Amino acid sequence: MKIVDFPPDMDRREFVKKVLNGVITGSLFLLFPMGSEGINLQEGLWPGELTEEIPGIRGRKYDIHNQQFAFIVDITRCIGCGACCVADKREYQVPDGFYRTWVERYIKDFDDQIYVDSPNGGLDGYQKPRDDISVEARDTFFVPKLCNMCKEPPCTQVCPVGATFITPDGFVLVDSERCVGCAYCIQACPYSVRFLNPVTRTVEKCTWCYHRIRRGLLPACVEVCPTGARKFGSLNDENCEVYKILKGPGVLTVLKQSMGTLPALYYMGQRLEVV
Amino acid sequence: MNQVDYGASMLISNYVLPNDIHVHWSMMIVLYPYITGLVDGAFIIAALYYLFDIKSLKPVARFSLLFALAFLCCATLPLLLHLGRAERNLNMLITPNPASAMAGFGYIYAVSMGVLISIVLFVYRPDLVKSGKRSSGLMRMLYRALTFDSDDLSEKALAIDRKIIRFLVGLGIPVAAVLHGYVGFIFGGVKANPTWSTPLMPVIFLFSACVSGISAIVLAYIVIQKIGRLPVDTACITTCIKTLTGFFILAFSFEMLEVFSHSYLKSGYHHMVEGLLNGPLASSFWLWQVKICSVTPLILLGCMAFITFKDSLYTAIAGTVSSILLLQVFIMRWNVVIGGQLMSKSARGYTEFHPEWLGREGILSVVLIMVIPFIILFVLGKIFPFWAEK
Repeated sequence: MKIVDFPPDMDRREFVKKVLNGVITGSLFLLFPMGSEGINLQEGLWPGELTEEIPGIRGRKYDIHNQQFAFIVDITRCIGCGACCVADKREYQVPDGFYRTWVERYIKDFDDQIYVDSPNGGLDGYQKPRDDISVEARDTFFVPKLCNMCKEPPCTQVCPVGATFITPDGFVLVDSERCVGCAYCIQACPYSVRFLNPVTRTVEKCTWCYHRIRRGLLPACVEVCPTGARKFGSLNDENCEVYKILKGPGVLTVLKQSMGTLPALYYMGQRLEVV
Repeated sequence: MNQVDYGASMLISNYVLPNDIHVHWSMMIVLYPYITGLVDGAFIIAALYYLFDIKSLKPVARFSLLFALAFLCCATLPLLLHLGRAERNLNMLITPNPASAMAGFGYIYAVSMGVLISIVLFVYRPDLVKSGKRSSGLMRMLYRALTFDSDDLSEKALAIDRKIIRFLVGLGIPVAAVLHGYVGFIFGGVKANPTWSTPLMPVIFLFSACVSGISAIVLAYIVIQKIGRLPVDTACITTCIKTLTGFFILAFSFEMLEVFSHSYLKSGYHHMVEGLLNGPLASSFWLWQVKICSVTPLILLGCMAFITFKDSLYTAIAGTVSSILLLQVFIMRWNVVIGGQLMSKSARGYTEFHPEWLGREGILSVVLIMVIPFIILFVLGKIFPFWAEK
């Protein structure tokens, strides 16, 4: 088989020009705000120029009892860029050292040993290989983690004041006005997605950006994911990707199935090593 | 790859989930079951005298009630210091979540307090009536309130008092058992934590509570008598030690049974529990809790059961054993509460806990909270004499 020369028809000057153009164009994105910042969510409004990302939400009464959503993480697509973590931190001003979502890096060596880490929750992106281990990597993959939105959530069961609750449309939320900060829900969550906010001294967790969903917008992490590793959609919409995957023949798994929590967060391409 | 290697390979990268680095339940949650345990154990001693008529416990029966009351008054302090938003604590009573194990605490605590105060007032009624007659002004008013404004000390009235006391103490036993068994269930009901999630947890907590409370009464009685240069009632101490021996054998057996069960059943995440006990808790569990503070007192208690000692030596050994067992129960609480949280839910690693000195949940707070019950006890002693008049 003949190996095609690369690049075939491009001299060095032209190549540098193209790269520079790309860099300049790309850096313009840094000057203009991302989509999520254009919304004045405090006033409950959405600007007209923001397109509806979840069809069927806007322009009609939100029937909370007849809505169902699902979140799918495709591990095979995650590149560990950390954009989701950055978007989440900016969306909620998450205090340093605490994480509503994070990305784990798994490295598998030739002896089938697994090395896992998540420095700063993957917020900085996995730009360099691990330098604290000296094994030859046979395989590596990234696993985004976030609230599993369990249908049988142990966290809501144990909350002594009902500050954390499950909504009729399936979201596990925390009412920070009611939370007493006992941290029982933190102990009860098998996925460790909860933490005690050191500023408010109440419990906080990923909400799948419920405030955005109610306005027809995707969760911040889904919106910025460059590879489509994070997918979200309404199960009332037969055309959405999530609906098609969930109803299709593909293999989906959930985390810690033995806990009996019945998560609404599904994983595609899930690996045996992931806990 | 065999099972042991599998567990070790899981822990190879010591990966702790990002939010698991923080130990959210720290020393205040160690202290809370310790204090309720002291209350329970002390109450058991009083119950043995007032309900089961074990006469030899008469010298410490009244003191046990006051001791339990003083510590029960402080049982909520560690919880309030622990809560992120302590000002909202009454939400647990006003808008409780009936599905939550924790929501019951306020009610169980209130019932315990009500029953204990009632028992104390009925037990002390004759003393309070006499003290009321000797006092004047505000103190007289206080005594009238404490005696329900009844100064009837006739044999008939006292017989009714005794019946009421027996009823209240009979009621108090299940209440005390619920109070502390329930604390154990708060941990036992967390399925996400493999060391906590066992039906044995309430049982272990209950028996260890009895151990700590009885030890505290024995030690306090010996110390107070020695300070006051008063004779120590050996018959009373002997009964306490025998009771203590029984409860400690049960407590220690169940503690070991839990470890054995994890090891033998090799249930989910057992490698985490084994790694915890042989790693971060190797010293505090195997050395301190098991060898120094459990096996040693078991040997001493065995000697006390089978060898006849001189009274003074028996008392000295009783004091020593009680001190060690008080430490044992505290370390056991530590290993359960703090130790359990050292395991990350990643099932791949352990976090660390370094107690702080100052701060709401620091060592200084622990010391202060443990001093307050003794101040309350001292004040209570001014109104309710510790020892029965000869």
